[in-house]
Amino acid sequence: MMARREPQPPRWAQRLLSWYCRPELAEDLEGDLNEMFDRNVRERGPFRAKVIYCLDVIKFCRPYTIRRPNVLTLIPNMIMLGSYFKSATRSIARSKLFSAINIVGLSVGMSVGLLLIAMLTDILSYDRFHENRDRIYRVTSQFQRQGDLISGHMATTSLLAGKEIKESLAGIEDVAVIHRGFMGDITYGEKVVPFGGLMADESFFNVFSFKLLHGNPATALKEPFSIVLTETFARKLFGEENAVGKTVLVWGRDFSVTGVVQDPPKFSHMRFDVLGSLSTRTITEKDNPYEMLWENIWNAYAYVLLPPNSSPESLQQRLDEICRRKANAVASGYVQLGLQPMENIVIGQNLGNQIGPYMGSTVVWVFSAMTLVVILSACFNYTNLSTARSFRRLKEVGIRKTIGAVKGNLLVQFVTESVVIALLALIFAVGIFVIIRPHFISMEYSLQEMLVMDLSPQLIGLFILFALLVGVAAGFFPALFFSRLSAVSLFKGGSGRPSFRGITARKILVVFQFVISIMFISGTVVIYDQYKHFLSYDLGYNTENILNIRLGDNKADALKNELSKLPEVAGQSQSQLVMSVGNYFYTFMKNPSDPNDSAQVYYNRVDENFLPLHDFKLIAGRNFNPKSPEDSTEREVIVSSSVLRRFNLGADDPSKAIGAVVNIDHTDLQIVGVVEDFHYGRVNNATNKEVVFRQLMPEEAKYLNVKFVTNDLRRAYEKVEQIWSGLDSNHPLQAKFLDDQLEESFRGFSASVKAGGFIAVLVVCIASLGLLGMVIYTSEIRLREMSIRKVFGASEVGILYRLARGFMLLLGVSIAIAIPLTFLFFDRILLPGVANHAPLTWFEMVSGAVVILTLAALMILSQTLKVARSKPAEVLRTE
Amino acid sequence: MLRLYSVPRSLFTDYQMKGTHLGEFEELVLLTIAALVNDAYSVAIRDELAKHADRPVKLGVVHAVLNRLERKGYVKSRLGEATSVRGGKRKRYYTVTSAGRAALVRAKEIRDNLWNVIPEFSFKNT
Repeated sequence: MMARREPQPPRWAQRLLSWYCRPELAEDLEGDLNEMFDRNVRERGPFRAKVIYCLDVIKFCRPYTIRRPNVLTLIPNMIMLGSYFKSATRSIARSKLFSAINIVGLSVGMSVGLLLIAMLTDILSYDRFHENRDRIYRVTSQFQRQGDLISGHMATTSLLAGKEIKESLAGIEDVAVIHRGFMGDITYGEKVVPFGGLMADESFFNVFSFKLLHGNPATALKEPFSIVLTETFARKLFGEENAVGKTVLVWGRDFSVTGVVQDPPKFSHMRFDVLGSLSTRTITEKDNPYEMLWENIWNAYAYVLLPPNSSPESLQQRLDEICRRKANAVASGYVQLGLQPMENIVIGQNLGNQIGPYMGSTVVWVFSAMTLVVILSACFNYTNLSTARSFRRLKEVGIRKTIGAVKGNLLVQFVTESVVIALLALIFAVGIFVIIRPHFISMEYSLQEMLVMDLSPQLIGLFILFALLVGVAAGFFPALFFSRLSAVSLFKGGSGRPSFRGITARKILVVFQFVISIMFISGTVVIYDQYKHFLSYDLGYNTENILNIRLGDNKADALKNELSKLPEVAGQSQSQLVMSVGNYFYTFMKNPSDPNDSAQVYYNRVDENFLPLHDFKLIAGRNFNPKSPEDSTEREVIVSSSVLRRFNLGADDPSKAIGAVVNIDHTDLQIVGVVEDFHYGRVNNATNKEVVFRQLMPEEAKYLNVKFVTNDLRRAYEKVEQIWSGLDSNHPLQAKFLDDQLEESFRGFSASVKAGGFIAVLVVCIASLGLLGMVIYTSEIRLREMSIRKVFGASEVGILYRLARGFMLLLGVSIAIAIPLTFLFFDRILLPGVANHAPLTWFEMVSGAVVILTLAALMILSQTLKVARSKPAEVLRTE
Repeated sequence: MLRLYSVPRSLFTDYQMKGTHLGEFEELVLLTIAALVNDAYSVAIRDELAKHADRPVKLGVVHAVLNRLERKGYVKSRLGEATSVRGGKRKRYYTVTSAGRAALVRAKEIRDNLWNVIPEFSFKNT
């Protein structure tokens, strides 16, 4: 009978101890730990004893126990490293083709990694300049109405919330309240300069670390009609003159310049040319009933500065309290306030109404995951090729072992080799990085806003670190494989040779690479099809050849007059917003038959030309009657048929609803027309069907819609530009064709297509390189076998089949896995969340497999044909 | 010639103080070693201390103190015989040196002297 094994202390902990501990102390220490271990096994059981043992080993790591580095052991290590390096370069030079395949594959994979590193470095350097950044929290809001979410989480909050927090300052150091949308023109003497900025209160410079160069930070933003300019803007306006104390004209009122602030750094989530004092609004907006409304959470920001060592939780509790107390102020809903730490502003929660550039954490996670897949795929190439070709190195390993190399030596030797390859790959990868960087940044508008990705020394250091990591990751398994071989079996030869081990693992890696490649190709095609589908989607009205001109402060009439003289202009209308691109204005409408019922309706204010110009389908009633400019009362409204359904108006016949009076914003309006449902929001948004058109008041006209009949839109646009500059020389023309605006509103899709396509190309490149390597290698070692087969009468086709069979089988397996996976991913996970999406097609599903099959067939054929056509006499002559 | 040797005395004593000062825990460990006579090795010292001082003592701390005491010259150590327990590792036995004994006596004297100058009533009142 065998004695039951006594529990032993963990091996790794014992090794760690003898590695770091001074030899003269080690024996006693080990003995003590063993004694305590035995005692703990008896008293507390083997598991606890092991845990305590490990902890003790770590605790014993003190200055007096740590072994001093010994020069005598270091020198041989250094010499050996040199030797490893030498043998690495030799082996790289010996098999140039395979080294090239490895280097190219790794550099392609690493270039994406470099993009990710550069991007993350940039994003993480945001807002570092704020001294109090750990203590600054932004107040976020969410508007709920009878249980439904009306808004998502917003980065904005109400001015009233800011005021409430400020007044109950207990437990808070300070609050900076900011209002967005401070823009327009500054006039100083003859000079008129357009600006964009924020309105902030006097706490601004206390909470944030923007440096005020002139002026008093405590009072600069205190008085109404004070203005603080950035350095650059002040120079633009005043040249070298001293700006402070000057009076400028903004919004038709005098503002005095109270300070000059350093330009906000590039990596600031908040950007401005000009800061106005928030107290200005108490005068200019005195009669605005919405200004201090609790539910007006769309335009203001509040940044709370907590005292050192205090937690945001207690503040959150107080916010909850304020929300509950204020809930009665909003009859129709509930506003929930939250807190967001400053470090989560640029990267983190996806909030609406951001103050400046930000990137959702989902984007970052998806990109990181994709990068990881690409890099892994590249590492697999190296692993596969070096283990497959291992038998070329077996003799070397055998000799090294015989003359005294231990496992560790061989491990380091082979890892050194892969690290050298990774470092060589880094050189190419940086080249690729520099080439693709501008394309990457310009892929999406928000990336352009946010990223610089300059090659700083710090970044290059990170790159080298990354290359080392990739080298170790790629080379570790082959190195482990080589170091574990036993010297005796290496020289014996025969069937027991270890080069045939690990074949299944290799096959799995190849299948993984191909599955990923196929999925990326198919996925990109699917997203591209969806993108095209949404662009050609029938919105319910005509969008062709319509130019939307932003009016700014200009009156429409003069422009309209000039434009109507152009022969290309077929018609003009005015509107408050551009629809179908993701702009939403909503209000509440009362049910005429039930005074307690009201519902949210989206609206756009338009003039009487708008509906005909856009070919809206009136299914009952008539268009608006023309209004004289002096008439500023609103009387009429045109609704979409969904509004009738929502309020049960007109039963089945929309014409019965004509003449009904509805109440919107405390005004009684008569329904004069009904239009067929159309897409007010973006097409991939199924809600917001209830739309009303309201009459346009002259001062509310934001856009002039111009319809052209011409084949040369570019020429027409140039003419419009000329007319514009004749009327307003201070502002450039801001005009876009509606179709372009629609396309822009789906730029998230087009960016995904570009990114997905790019990564698909890389993944396919890497997988193809790997396959090429494997095919070259296999046909090389089977050349003799095939020649002998030929001698015995095998046909060329038969040989081709024999060589290609294995690879084709792997491809078949990959396709069988990849297609269902892709289908399930889109059908079950991604597309159900997208309204009005196009159905998946067979073509999309098969496309990836076809591309991969073609590429693989090309590669396999090119190599195997060579073997099949080789002359047996030449190959076998040397035998 | 004498001047050559006039090293600032404070410097010298500072060094001495740092090198030979006997901390409270060090004193306890030293006493335990003396009490255990021929059986004073790390685990035994730890157990004995834990028994008398009535508080958990970490083995790592005892080791650190033993190491320090040895550097100060208060104890000396030798390795024992290998046995089958402790995974075949030898124990390191400690004995108090004469310098160590002197330091202990001095520490006791300082305490006794201080105790003697405490007027009796100062404790009675509290």
